[in-house]
Amino acid sequence: MKNKFKYSFILATVTLASGCSSLGVEPWERDLLAKEQMALTSSPIDSALDDHIYFSKEASSGGKSFGGGGCGCN
Amino acid sequence: MQLINDDNEMKKTVNKANLKAALTLATTALLGSVQVAAATTSVEPTEDSWSFDSAFLYYSEANRVSAAEAVFNANKIYSDDSILNVKLTIDALTGASANGAVAQPKVQTFTRPSGKGDYDIKPGDTPLDDTFHDTRVQLNGQWTQALAQNYTGSAGGHISKEYDYLSLGVNGNIAYDFNKKNSIASFGLSHFQDTFTPEGGLPKPFASMTAAYHDDGDESSHDATRMGSDDDKTTTDIMVGFTQVINRNMVTQLNYSYSVVDGYLTDPFKILSLLDSNGIAQDYLYENRPDKRTKQSVFAQTKYHFDETILDVSYRYMWDDWEIDSHTVDTRFYIPLGNGSYLEPHLRFYQQAAAEFYQPFLMQGDALPEFASADYRIGEMTAYTVGLKYGMKLADGNDLSFRLEYYRQDPKSAGQKSPGVLANMEIYERIDAIIAQVSYSF
Repeated sequence: MKNKFKYSFILATVTLASGCSSLGVEPWERDLLAKEQMALTSSPIDSALDDHIYFSKEASSGGKSFGGGGCGCN
Repeated sequence: MQLINDDNEMKKTVNKANLKAALTLATTALLGSVQVAAATTSVEPTEDSWSFDSAFLYYSEANRVSAAEAVFNANKIYSDDSILNVKLTIDALTGASANGAVAQPKVQTFTRPSGKGDYDIKPGDTPLDDTFHDTRVQLNGQWTQALAQNYTGSAGGHISKEYDYLSLGVNGNIAYDFNKKNSIASFGLSHFQDTFTPEGGLPKPFASMTAAYHDDGDESSHDATRMGSDDDKTTTDIMVGFTQVINRNMVTQLNYSYSVVDGYLTDPFKILSLLDSNGIAQDYLYENRPDKRTKQSVFAQTKYHFDETILDVSYRYMWDDWEIDSHTVDTRFYIPLGNGSYLEPHLRFYQQAAAEFYQPFLMQGDALPEFASADYRIGEMTAYTVGLKYGMKLADGNDLSFRLEYYRQDPKSAGQKSPGVLANMEIYERIDAIIAQVSYSF
């Protein structure tokens, strides 16, 4: 199961990387992408606060950014 | 001559816009908790510019922990597009936390972590230790700049201090953009060094909880269950990321993370009930966890801009050598309301499998396992978050937003049968929490 995930991920990455030359936009087509709401993390403060909550309440952390240490949370 | 000059000027502008776009993507792709919101400012700064974000968050579990957290974040974008980010976080925690013991049909008395004093739990209640009061101060700094054509680098530091805990961290990232900056490959490293000095010292694995001593009492029986006053842990993370602009409306990201946590990973405040065959607690033993954990995760995120609205969907699969694995789906939907105001509903689903050494209690007569913990946070669990954010642009151009969310955890049995009286007790108690936040950017 875990290996399957790993291989799917590698496959997805390779597919994306090889197909990426045909993907994307010209610099003058970035009007929508340049909006701050289109940033992958559009509210960094919210994300950091959420990460801290879920880090201390669940057994998983990170993924999007570093999981890190940082607190002796109860 | 004039034409050539214009051409050069135009190239410069385009290059600058490209670098800005690359920096934005790179920093948002990489930096997580120290990401740079201001990098997306649509107006090109002609000189160094500062921007500030502040937020206040209140987190409250019904009958359990409450936390208040304040964040102040400062960004400075230099005229060469380098970015300095400094963030101060202060939080205060009060309330009660499950100590790991199971509910019983009679009153239970537990010794506080310090060994001094005790607390009683009513029949049928999940044992909660209300000793926790802590204040934490955290400071982050991050510097991001172009290193060479197509390369962006970033480095940062982290310090967090609370009464019984110190955490120091550093991180470094490098991003390479290609295909007209539509593709970005990134590589990051982070290392944390934590020191834990818990109240009452570190209990020996599976030591029996001794009766509390009082003001003039004898500490020696408590001390006999301790193996030291502090211990360390290190966390090393490696992250490889790939960000791709798909088209004018869509951007996507894939990350792979490998994380090794090494050192003292036991929770010194958590115990397990030792039960007889009728389910009655005979003793309480301090938990013991392995001193190493290796975690891996894959994370995928897509943002899609419809005509007006924006959909943000992400999925994370995490697995580790404690046999915990988890699925997280997180969705946000941005709905502009005009005049800079918006609504953003948020849905999050989380499911985790139990650690191999998780057990809700120990049975008398069974051999003690090498590792055991009754901490529900490493048990089987499903959790949901439902939230709504409302944001608005103020007359002076500053941003104000409000967020209200409901978070629910449903711990589940990992298959253990409840002996005797436990059949009538709630062992896997649901947890309800409210998250409320106000943010102001200027």
